[in-house]
Amino acid sequence: MPDKTVLVCQGTGCVSAGAEQIHISLEREIAQLGLGGDVQVKRTGCHGFCQQGPLAVVEPEGIFCTRVKVEDTPDIAQSLLSQKKPPERLFYRDPLTGKVIPHYRDIAFYSRQQRTVLKNCGYIDPEEIDDYLAVGGYEALRQTLLEMSPEEVIDTVKRSGLRGLGGGGFPTGRKWESCRNTAGAEKYVVCNADEGDPGAFQDRSVLEGDCHSVLEGMIIAGYAVGAKLGYIYVRAEYPLAVKRLEIAIAQAREKGFLGKNILGNDFDFDIEIFQGAGAFVCGESTALVLSLEGKRGMPKPLPRPRTTQVGLWDKPTLLNNVKTFASIRWIITQGADWFAGRGTKKSKGTAIFSLTGKTANCGLIEVPMGISLREIVFDIGGGIPGGKAFKAVQTGGPSGGCLPAELLDTPVDFDSLTDAGAMMGSGGMVVVDEDTCMVDLARYFLDFTQKESCGQCSLCVLGTLQMLDILNSITEGRGRPEDIDLLMELGEAIKMGSICGLGQTAPNPVITTIRYFREEYEAHIYERKCPARVCKDLISYRILPDKCKACMICLRECPVQAITGGKKQIHVIDQDGCTRCGVCLSVCPERFSAVECIPGRLDNTLHSA
Amino acid sequence: MGEITFSIDGLKIKANEGDTILMAALEHGIYIPHLCYHPDLKPFGGCRLCMIEIEGRGLTISCKTPVEEGVRVTTENPEINKARRIAAELIIANHYSECLQCARNTDCRLQDIATYIGIEEGRLQRLKRTVRDLPIDDSNPFFYRDPNKCVLCGICVRTCEEINGVGAIDFAFRGFATKISTLKDKPITESTCESCGECVDRCPTAALARKGSERPAREVKTICPYCGTGCGIYLGVRGDRVLSARGDRRNPVNDGQLCAKGRFAYDFVNHPDRLTTPLIKRNGTFVEASWDEALDLVAAEFKEGQEKYGPEALGGLSSARATNEDNYLFQKLLRSLGTNSVDHCARL
Repeated sequence: MPDKTVLVCQGTGCVSAGAEQIHISLEREIAQLGLGGDVQVKRTGCHGFCQQGPLAVVEPEGIFCTRVKVEDTPDIAQSLLSQKKPPERLFYRDPLTGKVIPHYRDIAFYSRQQRTVLKNCGYIDPEEIDDYLAVGGYEALRQTLLEMSPEEVIDTVKRSGLRGLGGGGFPTGRKWESCRNTAGAEKYVVCNADEGDPGAFQDRSVLEGDCHSVLEGMIIAGYAVGAKLGYIYVRAEYPLAVKRLEIAIAQAREKGFLGKNILGNDFDFDIEIFQGAGAFVCGESTALVLSLEGKRGMPKPLPRPRTTQVGLWDKPTLLNNVKTFASIRWIITQGADWFAGRGTKKSKGTAIFSLTGKTANCGLIEVPMGISLREIVFDIGGGIPGGKAFKAVQTGGPSGGCLPAELLDTPVDFDSLTDAGAMMGSGGMVVVDEDTCMVDLARYFLDFTQKESCGQCSLCVLGTLQMLDILNSITEGRGRPEDIDLLMELGEAIKMGSICGLGQTAPNPVITTIRYFREEYEAHIYERKCPARVCKDLISYRILPDKCKACMICLRECPVQAITGGKKQIHVIDQDGCTRCGVCLSVCPERFSAVECIPGRLDNTLHSA
Repeated sequence: MGEITFSIDGLKIKANEGDTILMAALEHGIYIPHLCYHPDLKPFGGCRLCMIEIEGRGLTISCKTPVEEGVRVTTENPEINKARRIAAELIIANHYSECLQCARNTDCRLQDIATYIGIEEGRLQRLKRTVRDLPIDDSNPFFYRDPNKCVLCGICVRTCEEINGVGAIDFAFRGFATKISTLKDKPITESTCESCGECVDRCPTAALARKGSERPAREVKTICPYCGTGCGIYLGVRGDRVLSARGDRRNPVNDGQLCAKGRFAYDFVNHPDRLTTPLIKRNGTFVEASWDEALDLVAAEFKEGQEKYGPEALGGLSSARATNEDNYLFQKLLRSLGTNSVDHCARL
């Protein structure tokens, strides 16, 4: 056994930053130093802290090297030879205190998490089934097939309190039971890996880092509901996840975890991969099923039978999310009570979020249900960098809502988030600071859902179009006094009347920003000002005469020659010619700081006065 | 099938088990706004206009909800009215508004909805006009496809799939770019479309409209003369001109359906090139003749041939355009001349 292991992250983020070269280089350096027998270099899946990547972790000490470059690999190899720590420049530096933290376990981003589903992501080689077996992989399957009846499996999942990641957080055990109780010789298990929200990457990380856990969950589900075939509906935009799934399926077949008579039992199950074409709406269960059948993915309106009764090829079908399947092995091996002991009364276990935006630490996090938004943003996320003020957090992606500072103590669970106007959903969590315009943010998310509407219900496709048009005109300075009411009226109608979750939640970002940040909308409409200084038509740049040193830099750099002045002549921006590109502000030397951006539009007369 | 009694807006209604609430309402002359429902097709539920409330159960769409004994249905409440009005306004703001210039003026399901809702100009003006100027597909000789008048009800798609099993069109693209398209968005004539016009017949607006928008003065119930199937047909007539044809929904032979010929190929009736007298070829050119002349010539030729080569030398080729009765008489005639050589173009 090697004494030490260097784990080199091979998640999509780190790979795109050169992690494959780092792995090769590190192996070569270690071999050159003759450490080959003592040190193992291992490729792993995502560690979650993508912002700090490419990452390398030296075990068993748990030394965490960040932003590793190929040039750093000789130093890392040397440190292993001399039994010292790698150079300090590679260690994580706390963004608030500036303290250097060499150990993984001491970094707040990790120490406040409760990594369960993500536990092995970043520790095992996702392309080696033996690595998965070494951490107890397929133990749950063995236990299920040898010791439990399908009913017992379902009972365990029910008792665990595990809930699905659709809008309603439907209890997983009840779904399994409904599928099992539906008569039918042919049934299917489908894994929804059609992660389409902007800013969410948890499914991808699990599939890239610990894909066997998803397969294991699916096989157990197949046993429980009486299915023989499973499909993984995964986005074609996730090539690395697809590749690793293909490898994992082949290895699982080889080891007899997939195929005929699994583990010597009278139970056959196999899994196929289906690559989706990138339509956001195909994350909706009925649309996903149609897409799997080769048809256009359009959600089926209620009333209709549940997918567990009439699903793929009109057969009973169990459809769960990646995270749901990945949780199953833990529930089986650790027990329903263990799982139910975590989280809150109604939301059990952990929640995974893709924490992005204006926090010091960004990445994939797994937290116990019930943790407050404040703890996520300020403890795990390390707060807002640059001394800026927190403004809002958007949870649940484009279907979720924007929650303000007053709601930072909201516990993160299915029901509390829904009550606040947001949702758990896909697990996207975008933090924004004072420099973000809430009207513009709502416009961004609505623009996404508008483009992804399937077009079958007029309320959704035409309603979001009208809302988007209104938001565009507000941000362009053409807002009308009646626009806020009209946005609310349209939003409520779209939510009430649309067929599927896409339409029913698309207005959420607009409704919540109006609810919590109404004054920003009003400033845009009545005062023609963008308080966050984002919307170009509602801001101005000006040069402060007492600070300007007439250095000519901004004057030369202005792309539209809107700055007048000369040597020893204070510069002035012609407000009619200015396109508010902000170049003057960015080029003005910091020691002068003579250019400022202010909300509202100046005109030349006002400016000169 | 059992009978079900329930109420709509306090009115007692009897309906057949398995019927939907919308079907039962329309059957009893109660209008619930709808755009994507068509009695010949499976319910779709896309337009959201036929929303109703069932007491104690909440909102649902009437086109997909089956009738149940004793349930109390209301077609209006403040919540439904609000969403229905907005849904209708959104469609109208996205629709061509020059109704007088439209082929389907006064025969348009969207006009029905606008009339029912009662459009308030002030409200409508709050919305942006979102009608686009997409190109009209006029490649088909019989009908236009105007995507600017399409309400995306999907009736044409379902007709093509469910009634004819052709599947020439489907929804394509996403968001506001969503439209009904052929494979690869080619003109309809380059698709698998058979020009049967069943979709044109069911389109609730003029997104699919037959070319030539004149309306007939009266309709004549008749049988389509094109083939021996005997489809029931209503010809729309003005003076001595045939202006339209539609299937007779009460005719058990075709249940209102027609093929491309039956529905669209009536131009020949008034066509200047149409033969109205027999022609006899004399010295290499066809010359007009009277029926007596023509029949005498045919009889003489038959007789000559019969005498010269024997009756077995004669043969007759009949037409699918002729009725079964005509074909029966034709073979009788041939056999009376002493030959069994009778054939029919539909066999080829």
